[in-house]
Formats: sequence, C-alpha cells, structure tokens
Amino acid sequence: MVTTLTPLEAELLELAGSVPDPELPVLTLRELGVVRAVHAHGTDAVEVELTPTYTGCPAVEAMSLDIERVLREHGVREVTVRRVLAPAWSTDDITDEGRRKLREFGIAPPRARTASGPVGVELGPTRTRATRPGDEPLPVRCPHCGSAETELLSRFSSTACKALRRCLACREPFDHFKEL
Amino acid sequence: MTTTPAKGAAAHTAAALALGDDALVLSHRLGEWAGHAPVLEEELALANIALDLLGQARVLLSMVGDEDELAYLREERAFRNLQLVEQPNGDFAHTIARQLYFSAHQYLLYGELASGDGPFAPLAGKAVKETAYHRDHAEQWTLRLGDGTDESRARMQRAVDALWRHTGEMFQPVEGLDVDWPGLEAAWLERIGEVLRRATLTVPEGPRTGAWAAGAGRQGLHTESFGRMLAEMQHLHRSHPGATW
Repeated sequence: MVTTLTPLEAELLELAGSVPDPELPVLTLRELGVVRAVHAHGTDAVEVELTPTYTGCPAVEAMSLDIERVLREHGVREVTVRRVLAPAWSTDDITDEGRRKLREFGIAPPRARTASGPVGVELGPTRTRATRPGDEPLPVRCPHCGSAETELLSRFSSTACKALRRCLACREPFDHFKEL
Repeated sequence: MTTTPAKGAAAHTAAALALGDDALVLSHRLGEWAGHAPVLEEELALANIALDLLGQARVLLSMVGDEDELAYLREERAFRNLQLVEQPNGDFAHTIARQLYFSAHQYLLYGELASGDGPFAPLAGKAVKETAYHRDHAEQWTLRLGDGTDESRARMQRAVDALWRHTGEMFQPVEGLDVDWPGLEAAWLERIGEVLRRATLTVPEGPRTGAWAAGAGRQGLHTESFGRMLAEMQHLHRSHPGATW
C-alpha cells in the first residue's frame, strides 16, 4: 500500500504505533501490525484506522482508548479510532522484531503462512519435529529450550490468538501465537 | 441484480440478522459451558469459540441497528437464527455434533461470501479464518469420540443422529446473500460424510427437514428451549436497562 503521509501524520502514526498491546505489553501495536493508517484533518482532528487480530478481540477497546489518550496528550484535540476489517489481519503482519520479543516473552511466534486465504487447518499430527526444509510444515519450536519436538495440547489457550503446546524435550508447556 | 433500494435494504437487514443471530445464539450456548466443561482445555476452547462468534455477531448486528437493542430487546419470534444453533448443549457429544455441523457450514458460507464483493465480504474474510479453527476443533473431537470407547462412540452417534434433522435449514436460501446454496450443501455433505466415516460413525439417513417443520428458524419459528435461553440471556438487560460495569 502506497500512501503519502504528511510529516504530521507520520509522527502521529509513530506515536499510535508505540502504544503497548494491552494483553501482551512486550509488543507495541506497530509490531503487532494492527495500526493501519492515520489521517489528519487539519492539525486538530485525527482519524486512526485499527484492525482487530480476532473479530471478537476484547483488547480492541483498550487499544482504542490508549491511542486516543496518547494522541490527546500530544495535543490532538479530536481523535477518532475507526475499526477496519478488510484486508483481514494476518499473523504475517507481526514484524520480525515483534516475533523476537514474543519468543523472549515465552510465547512461540507464529510461523510464516505459505498461502493467502483461509489458513489450511486440517486434521493431522499434533506433534512437530525438525525436518528437512520442504518436507513438512515448519515445526513449532519451544520458546524455552528451542527444541522442535513439541506437541499440541489445545487449539485454544488463554486468549483466542494462542494455542497451548508442550515441549517434549524440556516438558514445559507454552503458548503458541497460532497462525491466522 | 435489479432490486429497488428499499427491497435491497430489507434483504440486507434480513441477511445480517440471519448471520448475526446464528453467531449470537451459538455464542451464548457455548458460553453456558463455562465452569462445566469436562477439562480445562475445553473450558478455554469453548469460551474462545464463543468469543469469536460474539465478535462476529456484534459486527453483523451493528450493521443494521443497535447491537444491544437487537440482542436484548427482541422477542423470540424476531430472531432469525437457525434452529440448529439454539439446541441445548446436551452432553459433550451433542455440543460437538452441533459444532461439527455448524462450523462446516459457516466455513463454506463465509468462504463464498469472502470471495464476493457484497457488504458481508470484509467480515466473512476475517471470520472464515477463525471458523477454520472451530471446524478443526469439532472434527478432531468427532474423530476422538467416534473412534474411541464404546460409550463415547454410542454417545457421538446418538448426537449426530439427534441433530441431523436440523441441518437442512442451513441450505435454505437467505434473501440478501448471493450464494450457490445447492453447491454449498453438496460440499457440506461431502465434508461431513468424510469426517463421520473416518470417525467410524454412520452417516445419519433421516430427513434433514421435516413435515413437522424442523427448520423454520429463519422465519422466526423456534424450538421450545430457545425461549428459556433468551429469558436467561436477556433478563439482566431488561431488569436493569442501561446498566454497565
């Protein structure tokens, strides 16, 4: 997407993107890839486009309030946060820096998706192991010990965006930010 | 398509209510498992699926009105959800059978809506990715229970049989949705048949709609338990209008 940002919009986009995620405060909204655009109408009124990770994600309201607060503190009088659904957010929108931080936080980052469209979630083995590239889907690695030998415990974990897995090497359970 | 703006608007409302009410009602039913699920992982899974559906319902209902008024202040006959989604949770197998039937349908329907350019395409494109996980969850449990112990197999068979008669309604055309309904039904039957056979279960053979009018939820006719569900869902809002926390 090529859009021309005014210097003010670029500055405000940076500010809105620096807001920490309310549930995973190690990540900023920019690293999560959910702040889509900032439109400034004059210097007083600003509209921010925010996309949810999941349609029902309850963190969106907290994100909106945080963005409004930060921009108001910066002197913007009128802030509107608009929720946009299309194009749908994907875990591929998480930046490399965001992935690194997730891993450090003890959450296995999502693997890169290979195709567009719905995720091909199909019945199959719930365990992963290291294989030669191209043989099988990439393994989900344990964020604690790095082992590729891990198993799925539940498709759904503490939040909709995570699955619960266990490492077969160090036996630690861990969250996996599942591919969407 | 040549429709007058008024008729087009009415069709859009009908479609948003049909999709939104399916999501809202099933979300509430799944939420009833909170605190009762057989294991902690299922507690989280069912609540997460309910949350996804609630998010979809909020978007869909907000397209055509005030989401709270539509959810909490309509009478039973004004709801346009499928009878399938309002069926009581029953045992865990019944809940899984309901999930299996509905998520396979919703995945196909949203997939088709997402590839079009209608008003529901953005929501469908977003939600179909969530629904892929719901479908996977239901299919894995169907396999595990069907191809499990004698007891789990008998219960899973009983559940897929019991809900079968409510599945025909999913393929009745909904005004305002540009969908190949016979194609959707054929794809659904193929998918469900494959999963049930792999789960060593028998594909039910009974009628999927009936002379006794199973499947008129889209016309506002609902089954007995739906009234009780609505009473529980709506009583707080009706007793304390405007309450927040």
